[in-house]
Amino acid sequence: MNFVALKMLFGDRAKYLMLLAGLTFSTMLIVQQGSIFWGLMTWSQSGITNINAPVWVTDPNINQVEEIKPLADTAVNVVRSVPGVDWAVPLYKGVQRARLRDGNYEQIALVGLEASTLIGRPGRVLEGNIEELRSPDTVAIDQFGVERLGGPENIHLGTTFEINDHQVRIVAIVETQKSFQNFPFVYLTYEQALEVTPPERRKLSYVLASPAKGVSPEELAKRIHEQTGLGAFTEEQFGWKTIYWMLKNTGIGVNFGTTVLLGFIVGMAIVGQTFYLFTVENLRQFGALKAIGASTGMLARMILLQSFTVGLIGYGVGVGLATLFGITVGSGQRLPFKETWPLLVGVAVALLVICSLSSAISIRKLAKLEPAVVFRG
Amino acid sequence: MDNRLHQDLDSSRAEASPWLVRARGVLKSFGEGETRIPVLKGVNLDVARGEVLLLVGPSGSGKTTLLSVIGGILEIDEGKVTVLGEPIQEFSGQEKTRFRRDHLGFIFQQYNLLPTLTAVENAAVPLFIRGVPKPDALARAEEVLGSMGMGDRLKALPTRLSGGEQQRVAIARALVGDPQLLLCDEPTASLDGETGHRIVEQLHHVGKQADRAVIIVTHDSRIFEFGDRIVHMEDGKVDQIQHGPEEPI
Repeated sequence: MNFVALKMLFGDRAKYLMLLAGLTFSTMLIVQQGSIFWGLMTWSQSGITNINAPVWVTDPNINQVEEIKPLADTAVNVVRSVPGVDWAVPLYKGVQRARLRDGNYEQIALVGLEASTLIGRPGRVLEGNIEELRSPDTVAIDQFGVERLGGPENIHLGTTFEINDHQVRIVAIVETQKSFQNFPFVYLTYEQALEVTPPERRKLSYVLASPAKGVSPEELAKRIHEQTGLGAFTEEQFGWKTIYWMLKNTGIGVNFGTTVLLGFIVGMAIVGQTFYLFTVENLRQFGALKAIGASTGMLARMILLQSFTVGLIGYGVGVGLATLFGITVGSGQRLPFKETWPLLVGVAVALLVICSLSSAISIRKLAKLEPAVVFRG
Repeated sequence: MDNRLHQDLDSSRAEASPWLVRARGVLKSFGEGETRIPVLKGVNLDVARGEVLLLVGPSGSGKTTLLSVIGGILEIDEGKVTVLGEPIQEFSGQEKTRFRRDHLGFIFQQYNLLPTLTAVENAAVPLFIRGVPKPDALARAEEVLGSMGMGDRLKALPTRLSGGEQQRVAIARALVGDPQLLLCDEPTASLDGETGHRIVEQLHHVGKQADRAVIIVTHDSRIFEFGDRIVHMEDGKVDQIQHGPEEPI
């Protein structure tokens, strides 16, 4: 009867298109909003992911990566003394203002890397040589900095600008993950960062550490915390801590959650109603099928097949449209858009729920349907 | 096909009796308490093998209810109904469904064809329900429709068919599974005289085959000539039985 079920579905063109539109809209909305949400969460962690260090040592009361609570300078050596530490280096991180040649100011995220190793430097250098950061008064700037500070015609290798009255020269252009605050990343050495930033009692933002062979990052983070009293997290733990803080302290989670829920409810309403209508309008035909020997189970399987078929098509079209949106509107990190497989699986499950619930309403109706209905004139 | 049911039917019990249907003291009412309406009030009826029986009577006399009871579509309150030697009122819902699927054919007043299936696909539906492979089912449906003069309308959707053609598709659907008992509810009600006549002729031909029977509920006096017996129902009871159209009531 699969063939009959599918012919019934595709044959009623208007209702089929209505069902497809409902499911496509629902899928697209959930995938699009979910991807933007996760894109934002990814941006919120860019301060961590751009550095790429196994373990972050922080102030014990830190909430998230952008909330910098400086440590005592001695923290680096304290961390180095913990058994299982392969290496530990200081990191400066802070927001400063860059003064451009035309007199304008732009806020930048300044990152000071330990000079000898340059641990925490970006993975990809687009232009120049990042090793030149070891030369005095030099910086590396990311691709967003090039745009924000004046465009490629004004900002290129050799261009100079000022940070707190210290003139610096660009020696490398690097690729980074955009930050939530949308400040361009500017890299320099830790010592240089101490020099160009205003005086403060403490300037050490974080200590980056790596476990020795045979010690996991989780284990090392635990040891550092227990033995020094400092906060210590693996990259992943710190990332999630930042995400939880964002969800708790901003309306982002509620806003996106509401939209996703609306997508689910609208999809459910359209599909449920259309399916129910489809069943009610074909009630006599279903009654006839029952009379001539189709069991309720068989009719239920027909309804489920119809529902899941249109669900699968709607899912494909919806995901396709959302992906197209991400490729066109979100390319080059213009929009936070991160379509991940857990999201797609989640949406598939949501759609499965929509289709199952919609079918259940119709199946319930059919289960109660007496085949005698066909004998009523 | 359900082997168990067929084994039962193949037994001597089904073969020995000259009756395809026997109903004894059938009581059936609808509603409960004060709103309870008795519809069948102790009906006794036998239908022989090779018989075309017409059930006639005024609206509300219980004809269609009796047809539904014989078809295992409605439960009875009291009495006994035996169809093809089987006490169908004792069957579970699932067993009744299987029984209808394997042994009965239905023709409805309003055809109830699936609007998105072609004529041949509609006619093949009972075979799809039985799990017959699609090519085999369509070939058999094509054969039956062809025998009814519908060979050139196989691919037409019901909306493209006239009332008579739709009813012929409905009959083909009822016959495609080779049922032993054909239950027809007002098969000519929506048809003009000539088409109705032709359709009942075909039903009569089916009913006259050995081990078959046809029960037709009708108001249409133009088809009375095709009945071996005409059972008149009145107020939930069999009022009179006329043996052939010539016998006076």
